[in-house]
Amino acid sequence: MSEPDGEYAASALRPYVITKGRSRPSRNTIGVETLLIAVDPPRDVPVSATREERALVRMCERLLSLVEAAAHLELPVSLVKVLASDLVDSGHLSARSGVPQAVLPDSQLLQEVLDGLRRLR
Amino acid sequence: MVSVGSADRYLPDTVQQAVKILVVGAFGVGKTTLVGSVSEIAPLRTEEVMTEASVGVDDLAGMSTKTTTTVAMDFGRITLNSWLVLYLFGTPGQRRFWDLWDGLAEGALGVLVTVDTRRLEDSFDVLEQLELRGLPFAVAVNQFPDSEEYGVEELRTALDLLPETPVVMCDARERAASVDALISLVEYVSNVGTVRVRETAS
Repeated sequence: MSEPDGEYAASALRPYVITKGRSRPSRNTIGVETLLIAVDPPRDVPVSATREERALVRMCERLLSLVEAAAHLELPVSLVKVLASDLVDSGHLSARSGVPQAVLPDSQLLQEVLDGLRRLR
Repeated sequence: MVSVGSADRYLPDTVQQAVKILVVGAFGVGKTTLVGSVSEIAPLRTEEVMTEASVGVDDLAGMSTKTTTTVAMDFGRITLNSWLVLYLFGTPGQRRFWDLWDGLAEGALGVLVTVDTRRLEDSFDVLEQLELRGLPFAVAVNQFPDSEEYGVEELRTALDLLPETPVVMCDARERAASVDALISLVEYVSNVGTVRVRETAS
């Protein structure tokens, strides 16, 4: 069985072009649910910034989770993680509530979740 | 870019923390329905591209070349209070799918497994993966109109669940029923936490 090399779907290749070949974010505290917001006052993105980086900063003009930003921008989460991580490093975005280090969520947090859910009934 | 309703997509600036629950299950068991019935936003979809040999893969069975498949994940959101937001991620049960979203399970409060009684065997793989990973989970049995009626204990036996694992009957289209299923899961996670703390203390 042989298959021609280089037959990748454009959609699979493109994210790695946008991230300049990286598939991992620079920080491991960025998760799908990490909350992102552009810094205030906004900082101009460098002229070298990609269209996707600009779009992400614009999308995060107010508070939004990483996965929501990715869905609205129609970009893969894996790609947006790399971009968001860079933009946090460069001081354009700020991140709230990264991936918690504790294995188990604390009981007070769980109680707040329960109270919030019970109010929905 | 201004579109209708885009103002509603954002969270209040007071929100400081996000938590998440995974809603997993085989194809067509009502994950997206459940997420949609409790979410305050219209469920959103995000896609990743999976590259693998397609032997036995859904929809591509019979082909044996390396291929790319687009896998979708639907998710929703509930703002619980002024500082806390909950995300619900509906993902296919098979491990190779949820590993696509690197770190998706990491830090999750727990997992709600949606089960269709007409196809119980589809859930075995999911349940086994969760047990291997040590993630706390509850089982929500989505009742379809043409489902046979089973008792909770009957299902517990059929799915080989531990006595303490919550099993809730749930019509995923009903918001109240879906909220109750989430509450059962979080109550269970709270209790598991308490037990573990006690074990460590003794």
